[in-house]
Amino acid sequence: MSDFLSRKDILGLRDFTRQEIELVLDTAASMEDILQREIKKVPSLRGKTVVNLFFEPSTRTRTSFEIAGKRLSADVVNFSAAVSSVKKGETLLDTARNIEAMKPDVLVVRHSSSGAPHFLARHLSVPVVNAGDGRHEHPSQGLLDLYTIRKVKGRIEGLNVLILGDILHSRVARSDIYGLTTMGAKVTICGPSPLIPREYQALGVEATWDINEALRGKDVVIVLRIQLERMESSFFPSIREYVRYFGLNRERMKLAKEDAIVMHPGPVNRGWELADDLADSDVSVILQQVEAGVAVRMAILYLLAHVREEVES
Amino acid sequence: MGSKEKVIMDGKSIDRALSRIAHEILERNKGADDLIIIGICTGGIPLARIIVDKIKKIEGVEVPSGYIDITLYRDDLSRIGYHPKLKKTEIPGSIDDKTIVLVDDVLYTGRTIRAAMDALIDFGRPKAIQLAILVDRGHRELPIRADFVGRNVPTSRSEVVDVKVEGEVKEWKVVIREREENE
Repeated sequence: MSDFLSRKDILGLRDFTRQEIELVLDTAASMEDILQREIKKVPSLRGKTVVNLFFEPSTRTRTSFEIAGKRLSADVVNFSAAVSSVKKGETLLDTARNIEAMKPDVLVVRHSSSGAPHFLARHLSVPVVNAGDGRHEHPSQGLLDLYTIRKVKGRIEGLNVLILGDILHSRVARSDIYGLTTMGAKVTICGPSPLIPREYQALGVEATWDINEALRGKDVVIVLRIQLERMESSFFPSIREYVRYFGLNRERMKLAKEDAIVMHPGPVNRGWELADDLADSDVSVILQQVEAGVAVRMAILYLLAHVREEVES
Repeated sequence: MGSKEKVIMDGKSIDRALSRIAHEILERNKGADDLIIIGICTGGIPLARIIVDKIKKIEGVEVPSGYIDITLYRDDLSRIGYHPKLKKTEIPGSIDDKTIVLVDDVLYTGRTIRAAMDALIDFGRPKAIQLAILVDRGHRELPIRADFVGRNVPTSRSEVVDVKVEGEVKEWKVVIREREENE
């Protein structure tokens, strides 16, 4: 097994190998140990700077990356579009070049356009982490989902996983699908038919429009957020109708395996895609996902900051 | 590597050295009270285990023991050949006001020990930290010395010291050899 991540950037899980995923997850497991200590900080990225470059509002992911960097003793700077010169008409590349000139060691980028982090990665020498690009990928979320599943279930290979909801607009779904299938899980997607991507077969997953059929025999159910902000037009008649056909609740969850778990990338629209009682029940591992997020992002920053030094020396 | 390899300690002499170290640890600390033995990943782990066994035979006490991974505390992240693969750390209970004996196989520049002390201090405030080493090969770059030494061996920087203490005592050995090109 490789000890190095032989890439400069983490842009998506599409081309991640099983070995690379395992390296990140194993590294994250060691990072999680640190988070249990009284002093939750190690000096390995001392003197390094991580810049969170967010062109789209985000509290959780940004905070998670910020804490991850600080736990490793990196200096973390947040740069958000709302207060930046993007509003003054500066182009994406100009903004990024300006930031690169300040010599950061890792750039964490979120952007509402798919491919924006890839564009920056091609033009900049600093490692770029995609923290979510449009409806394309969200690799750190995909990795933390894999980490949580492996931790709770003891394995990923051979598990039956359902991803439920708005697959079409979800970068989380895409990263989850790539990661899960690479690790040998069997993935089913389910949601209102306009929200199921037409090319789903190419993704190596099964699709169904019947939630009862979809839930049967599943080990893991990943519920996606209804993202009204990403829908340009109406993809389903009403929230009420969505809840009736695709909302997950305790009663429906009985169709899945007895020890099945429920996951959600947050923030939850309580009572919409996920019923209150289920979100707070012990089959829900939502808070464990958040906890895993810090450990996985520590692993990502650690592995990338190291790669750069390898390239330079 | 075979032909250039030179055995500098065999199983018997390693075993004797570790017995002596176990006695010295007990003598210095006037018994095994408040002692914790910590092996440094990965070479120090089997040695720490052997020392714990020996103390048990001598004193009849099972001293708490653990191991520590110092990867995240290193100061040579940028050096070629450095492997960032993280290992596990396991510290038994609180180390506050305990005497910690750090155990490693080879003492060289002292940088590993510096990192191990930094890592330990993040877990609490030990009363004292002592260092037990099987082979001290010299070339220190930091003001660090061992409290308990199996053997002092003069080496050149182009050489490598390998310690093997797996299986039966007769299979144990310490060898010295020339560093290979890709090492």
